[in-house]
This record gives sequence, structure tokens and C-alpha cells, in this order.
Amino acid sequence: MSLYNIFDIAGSGMSAQTTRLNLVASNMANADTVSSSTGETYRARQPVFSAVLQNEISNNQQSAAKGVRVAGVIESQAPLRHEYAPQHPMANEEGYIFKPNVNIVDEMANMMSASQSYKNNVEMLNTAKQLLQQTLKIGQ
Amino acid sequence: MATTIDSLFGVHEQALTYRSKRAEVLASNMANADTPGYKARDFDFKSVLNKLNTPAARVNQTHNKHMGFDKTPAAVSLAYRIPSSASLDGNTVDAKIEQAQYAENAMDYQTSLRFVNGKISSYLSALRGE
Repeated sequence: MSLYNIFDIAGSGMSAQTTRLNLVASNMANADTVSSSTGETYRARQPVFSAVLQNEISNNQQSAAKGVRVAGVIESQAPLRHEYAPQHPMANEEGYIFKPNVNIVDEMANMMSASQSYKNNVEMLNTAKQLLQQTLKIGQ
Repeated sequence: MATTIDSLFGVHEQALTYRSKRAEVLASNMANADTPGYKARDFDFKSVLNKLNTPAARVNQTHNKHMGFDKTPAAVSLAYRIPSSASLDGNTVDAKIEQAQYAENAMDYQTSLRFVNGKISSYLSALRGE
């Protein structure tokens, strides 16, 4: 029954979007984390989504994807912000502090997109549930 | 009036299968709305309909091990949706279009269910002689 598969698909979508929201939260929380070297500085993290294809499970070319998964998490390669602040306790010998390359505006937009996608998946799941319930009541 | 119990539900039996399969495809599109490079897929309704109606697909099975043509909607290959606007990451899912299609598909599913229910209740009342 294909309608049951929607629970898995929507579930995978919700799980992937949750990971994305988690990473956004982590990026936002660390937006002002200061460190004294480039190596220690927090870098903005983004999930990479990839479709789970049906032919990975069975060898059926004609079927659609069976959901989504987080293939990995990448760190942003954008340059870090460095400031000259010799009074700062974390300043290095040259008087510089390093701040993460988190773009708050990007993260906010990312968060809105993720929560919207999450909601879409929930709605889809609810509709599938209603259809299944009506199907079970057939002939009554 | 259908003469045999096999044709009791008419096209709605196949319609329900098709609608539930299509719901699954649309659900995967929606789940992959943010996947880079994912291409939105959908059934081509015309080819599904042709597949169901083509008399050429009828074969004589003279032996019980003969294979018949698979007339289920899944045997019709999936097509790719033509995107209305290109996106940089190669994703062709438009969440709003998928949402609308999903809603339409759910309505059609319910319509077929209603027809099936109507058939069952009319048969029941005929059997009871009400």
C-alpha cells in the first residue's frame, strides 16, 4: 500500500529538516564565539541533503525517490571575521580576535525555509493519514 | 449494473491504486524540496489512461504460467516535471505546485472512495431488498 510509504517519506523529510534547524540553532548560538586563532574558530555549518532512491533498495528504475537523508554536514568556506582588539582577553600576540563566518540573515532565512518545509511534510502526513482512515472505513 | 463481482467497482479500483502511488511520488518530491539536483517526478496521466484502455495489451493466456501484461499504474514509467523556473542547485521541485497537486490527488482519491462506498451501499440495499 503506497499510502503507508508516505509516513516513511514524510518522516525522512521531517528528520532532515530537524537536522537543518539544529544546525541553524548551533550557528546562531555560536555567531559571536570569539577565539584567538583561525583553526579554533567556529565555522557556519550546513547540511547536505540527498534523495534516497528506490533503486538503492530494489532494482526498480521506474520508482521515485523514497525520501530524503542528510548526506553530510559541511563547514562554510567563507572567510572568518577578524578584528583588531588588543584589549580582548582572547586576543593573540598581534592583538587580533577571530569571529565565526556565520551570517545571521542567511541563518534566519534558512530557519524559515526549514520550518516551512517541516510544516509541509507534517501536512502531507496528516492528509495521508486521513485518506488511510477513510479507506479503512470502506463499506461501513 | 456490473454483471460480475470483478467489475463491481469499475475504474475506481485502479484509480485508487494510481492515486495512492501518485501520492507517494508527490510526497517524495515534497520531502526532497531542498535536495540539490533533485528532479521532481510525476505520472503522466494520459499514458496511464492509455495503458488501462489499450486493447492491444490484452493477451490470451492459455497456460497458467503465461505472464500477462502488467496493467498496474506503476508499470507506466514516471516522467520528470518541467520546471517553471530554473534554480541554481538544479532542483526542480516547486513546493507550492507539489502541494496543489497533492491536494488535488487527495481529493480525487476521496472521490473514488466515495464512488466505491456508494457502490457497496447500493449493492447492500439490493441484497437486503430494501
